Amino acid sequence: MSGLGNIIKKEIKELLTPTTFVPIIIIALIFGTMGSSIQGIQEQALEKPVIGIINADNGTLATITSSILYNNSKPVFNSTSIDDKQIGIETVKQKNGVALIIIPNNFTKQIRNETSGDIEVYWIMKGAGLLDTISSGVLQHLIDYINTNISKELIQENSSVNASFVLTPTKNVETTFFKDREFKGLTPDLIVGMLSSQSFLIPIVIMMIIIMAGSIVITSMALEKENKTLETLLTLPVKRTSIVTGKIIAAATIGLLLAIIYMVGMSYYFQGMQISEGGISLAKYGLALNSQDYLLIGISLFITLIAGLSLCMLLGTFAKNYKSAQTLTFPITMLALIPMFLTMFADYDTLPTALKGVVFAIPFSHPMMAPRALIFDDYLLVLGGIIYVAIFALVMIIIVVWVFNTDRLLTGSTKRRKLKSRNNNFNFIRRR
Amino acid sequence: MITIEVKNLVKNYGKIEAVKGISFNVNEGEIFGLIGPNGAGKTTVLRIISTLLKINSGSIKIMNYDIEKDSDKIRKIISYLPEDAGAYKNLTGKSYLQFIANFFDNKQNQQMVQRGIEIADLDVRIDDRVDTYSKGMMRRLLVGRALMINPKLAILDEPTSGLDVINAQEIRKLIKNTAQTGTTVLLSSHNMLEVEYLCERIALISEGKIVEEGKPKTLMDKYKANNIEEVFIRVVQQ
Repeated sequence: MSGLGNIIKKEIKELLTPTTFVPIIIIALIFGTMGSSIQGIQEQALEKPVIGIINADNGTLATITSSILYNNSKPVFNSTSIDDKQIGIETVKQKNGVALIIIPNNFTKQIRNETSGDIEVYWIMKGAGLLDTISSGVLQHLIDYINTNISKELIQENSSVNASFVLTPTKNVETTFFKDREFKGLTPDLIVGMLSSQSFLIPIVIMMIIIMAGSIVITSMALEKENKTLETLLTLPVKRTSIVTGKIIAAATIGLLLAIIYMVGMSYYFQGMQISEGGISLAKYGLALNSQDYLLIGISLFITLIAGLSLCMLLGTFAKNYKSAQTLTFPITMLALIPMFLTMFADYDTLPTALKGVVFAIPFSHPMMAPRALIFDDYLLVLGGIIYVAIFALVMIIIVVWVFNTDRLLTGSTKRRKLKSRNNNFNFIRRR
Repeated sequence: MITIEVKNLVKNYGKIEAVKGISFNVNEGEIFGLIGPNGAGKTTVLRIISTLLKINSGSIKIMNYDIEKDSDKIRKIISYLPEDAGAYKNLTGKSYLQFIANFFDNKQNQQMVQRGIEIADLDVRIDDRVDTYSKGMMRRLLVGRALMINPKLAILDEPTSGLDVINAQEIRKLIKNTAQTGTTVLLSSHNMLEVEYLCERIALISEGKIVEEGKPKTLMDKYKANNIEEVFIRVVQQ
């Protein structure tokens, strides 16, 4: 065998281990599930929007408006009476629709008088992720199309019509219903924009803490083995639980310190990037966190950090050296990235059930989802998450302490090693 | 008084029997050597006595403490030096000794550190980072660490492994002196000269079994051998 071939064979043999492949296979499966679920969301969004229509005006411009709506959407509610508004909203909600559109009885008359005709839009918002606003975006585009068609109609009828008016003959009067709340004057896009700083900053910071602190713990375990200090440590008069918790607390402290530094930089970055929402105050719409909410986020973050680091400790027990520790940080990175992207692009409530299960099972998801959930008073999700993550952390710590109390930590895969040793024994005798 | 009492010790790694029912005793203040080739089970026995590995069957008592029930108490009175042990590379030699001493009695830990510094005998290099140490310096530091706590039982796996003749000689003297102060020493070694020099009694171990046990001189007489190496070969070939 050539020198090159020999090196390649040895390197492949060294890298071809379950430690390398099992995490990648698991992550590939998770990504597969995510991909098919997100594809489902996108396909759903590309369909015609499901809406309700109340046309209380029998004028020509209202007829144009309603016919465009009928031809380009899936109407699930149809009426000519404004009094049916509430029934319409409920029907659209039940049918998982996007909005109820009301054309008031003076719509045509107002436009003919060169006053903007109101189109009342009652948005039914399902989630605050970027993907959640796709279907409302499709309807928004349709309303713009109505505006253009009415402009055309007005110009065809009377070419001397007021130019500035004819470009925008309609005006949207919008109200958004989201998580049992009514936001007058706000569209789903605007709400998502208002929540975007939380949607981006918090998951990124949490992801960074998990990756940094997790890497510290895994590397620490790997170095204990590589530098042969673990055996000495385990024979000292110190409890296994103290070793495990000591490593976790130290890594959590460093992780939080790094996170604070990171968060300061990121907050400045996002302040610079943030697009003004016209001076709209989040607090005015009750979209702000109070001190109790911050406390719950802090608890969620702390428990998640402990859970994550316990998981890292467990992974660290598999690390043989610094090199294998680098491989083992990969699943942690992925587990932090998955909920980060999901919470950015979709709302937990709007995810398919399978993906909901995956997201809930990943402990890192919970502090990422907590701020938005708390804004909308979804305490069940936050408290449920805290309880789940606390149980996860406890189970992990118990498993790690158990591993520390077994031979596995030192002996690892013993079968091959012992067989080799036995051969050495025979050689020892044979040499003599 | 008996410091170590091993009875019918069995240790399996999966289907492989690494230690096959061995028994031996070590008396207080004695230097006892486990001798055998690689893979014979010496390190396994030392690791079990150091509370690192669990036993499958049999029993071990250290100063009358049961290894399975009283491992926390045993860790307070033993000191283990693994064959290829290292120290925390980002610490200085002195801070490494301080770190270890902090696990023991607070009142005496400064004395322990001082004793560790004396045993290691690294002069001004004790204040340098461990990652700048040569192999010999590292071993001296670790021997200092193992003996500074005045353990009731010192378990030394190849204590002079990788050392040059002069360093190895100094460490042997240190071990002998330590035993004279009342510490019991259980050691393993490949070096038969070292064993003859240090050990009052030895056990020859092969394929997980003790094949012979006694004083080096008595065994040499029994097998009409010039040294322990010859004794071992004759015992194994029987």
